[in-house]
Amino acid sequence: MAVLTEEQSMLRDAAKSWVQEKSPVTAFRKVRDSGVDIGYDAAAWNEMAEMGWAGVIIPEDFGGSNFGYLSLGLVLEELGRTLTASPLIASGLTAASALILGGSDAQKNEWLPKIADGSIVATLAVDEGPHHKPEKVDTTVSGGKLNGKKVFVLEGIAANLLIVSAKEAGKVELYLVKSDAPGVSRQKLSLADSRGAANITFENVAVSDADKLTGGAELLEKVLDRARAGIAAEMLGASVQAFEITLDYLKTRVQFGQVIGSFQALQHRAAKMFTELELSRSAVEAALSAIDSDSPDVPELVSLAKAKMGDTFHLVSNEMVQMHGGIGMTDAHDAGFYLKRARACEAAFGNQAYHRDRYAKIQGY
Amino acid sequence: MADFGGTDLEAFRAEVRSWVEANFPASLKGKPNPMAGEGRGEPLTPDQDAWRKAVGDKGWGTPTWPAAYGGGGLSGAQARVIQGEFARAGAYNPIGGMGVMMFGPTLLEYGTEAQKQEHIPPIVRGELQWCQGFSEPGAGSDLAALQTKAEDKGDHFLITGQKVWTSGAQYADWCFCLVRTDPAKKHEGISFVLIDMNQPGVEVRPILLINGMAPFCETFFTDARAEKKNLVGPLNGGWTIAKRLLQHERSGISGMGGGGMGGPSLVDLAKKYVGVDDQGRIADPDLRMRVIRNAMETKAFQQTAFRVMAEAKGNATPAAATSIMKNAGTWLAQERHELTLEIMGHQGLGWEGGDFDRLELETVRAWLYGKAFTIFGGSQEVQSNIVSKRILGLPDLTQAK
Repeated sequence: MAVLTEEQSMLRDAAKSWVQEKSPVTAFRKVRDSGVDIGYDAAAWNEMAEMGWAGVIIPEDFGGSNFGYLSLGLVLEELGRTLTASPLIASGLTAASALILGGSDAQKNEWLPKIADGSIVATLAVDEGPHHKPEKVDTTVSGGKLNGKKVFVLEGIAANLLIVSAKEAGKVELYLVKSDAPGVSRQKLSLADSRGAANITFENVAVSDADKLTGGAELLEKVLDRARAGIAAEMLGASVQAFEITLDYLKTRVQFGQVIGSFQALQHRAAKMFTELELSRSAVEAALSAIDSDSPDVPELVSLAKAKMGDTFHLVSNEMVQMHGGIGMTDAHDAGFYLKRARACEAAFGNQAYHRDRYAKIQGY
Repeated sequence: MADFGGTDLEAFRAEVRSWVEANFPASLKGKPNPMAGEGRGEPLTPDQDAWRKAVGDKGWGTPTWPAAYGGGGLSGAQARVIQGEFARAGAYNPIGGMGVMMFGPTLLEYGTEAQKQEHIPPIVRGELQWCQGFSEPGAGSDLAALQTKAEDKGDHFLITGQKVWTSGAQYADWCFCLVRTDPAKKHEGISFVLIDMNQPGVEVRPILLINGMAPFCETFFTDARAEKKNLVGPLNGGWTIAKRLLQHERSGISGMGGGGMGGPSLVDLAKKYVGVDDQGRIADPDLRMRVIRNAMETKAFQQTAFRVMAEAKGNATPAAATSIMKNAGTWLAQERHELTLEIMGHQGLGWEGGDFDRLELETVRAWLYGKAFTIFGGSQEVQSNIVSKRILGLPDLTQAK
């Protein structure tokens, strides 16, 4: 755990106790079973927004608390522990970052206060295929009309505001598009992790320069790095919790007349997971801190964090099922939730292979 | 000791700088410490000896050790100033070896006043070398199974038994040694004694390792004498001291994970030996991906070392992450050796001779020696046991019913 300020410790403790009290994994199970289209509990999201979590990175002038990305990461880590479904990553992290970094005063004034108080949900629509490839953009803006299709958009069903990457005159730009604008159509996706993702089609949607953010492809990369670091924090929390649940099982499940955690074959795998979790925590916290200090090595540190965290969540979620044995295969147990969420998080904003390649390219090999 | 900060520290820096300028022999600039690691086989040159004596007399080779025993008596901040000024001048710290890295800190913690007065000053001045008598043929990972016996003869012990992997025993003047003083007990029957290596009952045979070198020895004690005054800690109380000493040893070993071996990076080697494709990437995509993985894991290891340090400043107890560092660091170092060898191909397998450059010849030896990293100082399996039992709280196996 990074050395925290008093404010950060208070924020983390508040998140920890809210999650334990109001949002255990059973809360996510209810959302899943309800089949609600948006993929999260709107009442729970309102509570989160009331506590100010949607505005942690947003400047005070626009209704936020300006606590920074490491602080938001602490909240995301706690939420990740119990797989709390919410639009915090899509709206309070990713879309908010896009507006903070690339918005005009008018755009910030119009949207950031509403994102900060949770009254709207915003999201980034970037991918166009099954693999994250932000530089490949077939969506276009021409003559004031936006045309194209975005897939696997996080919180795409709940979102009121879409931030869409599109090529205009051969250059990548980001456009603000209201989800109820004429020509926007959404199709809910039913995915293994039961969150509210959507495919979104844009057909002659009217856009103007007033809807455009400043910064183009460079802005998009910065926004994506913030999203990646944030989702890595969620993955850290989920991995730690999955590990702790598994460790607890090793200490209670009896076979051959003893608790199975006394078997060295399992002990050493547990020690390996602990090792990977500690290394991953360092990488995630370093990436978030680098964003806060606007360090030039943000891209490589973020790719390291996302790749390392992806490997670790992958390992821990598999071991969670294996070490629980048959009970881990049942829908009644939570292990399956962690396994499904792990793969969805790994794929989001670039999987391990994507970020290893990116890390090397940044360093020139 | 005054708390030096700010201007006082700058004054101290100026003092160190002018002292180094006046005392460091130019001929040694950029050279390594001949007394590091397992110690020296050959006598020091006059310049090497002069530099050893100069630093030893100041106590600056062991800057934070108490001045009462010849140490520098300085603060951590001042120690870093000395380190920085030595590095600036290209000067090595001539005071090193196992006496400094492992035995000295342990004796300062557990020794009597008389023991510290006798044994610390020669370490501080780099006059005597120490070796470690822990492992035995029947006591490796299960170190507490050791059998070398110490027989009580009133004012002294008679030591009989065999030690193995005694690093640098062929050069050592003294041995800090674990011996059995109570055969009826295991951990509680072990004592920590200091044995003079220059006596008739001590025989040392170097062991040739797979890398063609002999950094370790077999050491045979046959009625060797150890004075009672050289028992450290209570009789049968040696295990606690041994565990503390091993912590010093492990923190030294895990350091190999982060820094690399010096010299060119894996990336530069791969570009040289394997070449690049039209986009400037390492030409072999499978190798490239494994080089990337090692680079990223190494970075995460460095970040963790940094985090452990930062957390240690804020908290009283060491971070749980400390326990993972030996395994994580040694795995990375071994993987780096394997990748270097693979990158060099046949050229990386040269054993000796002019067909191979210096780096190639060093690579094959380092690769082979590196296999010891996950064995000595607590094997990777022992480390995993420590993590699973002490950190994760997993129970011991009981007798199956």
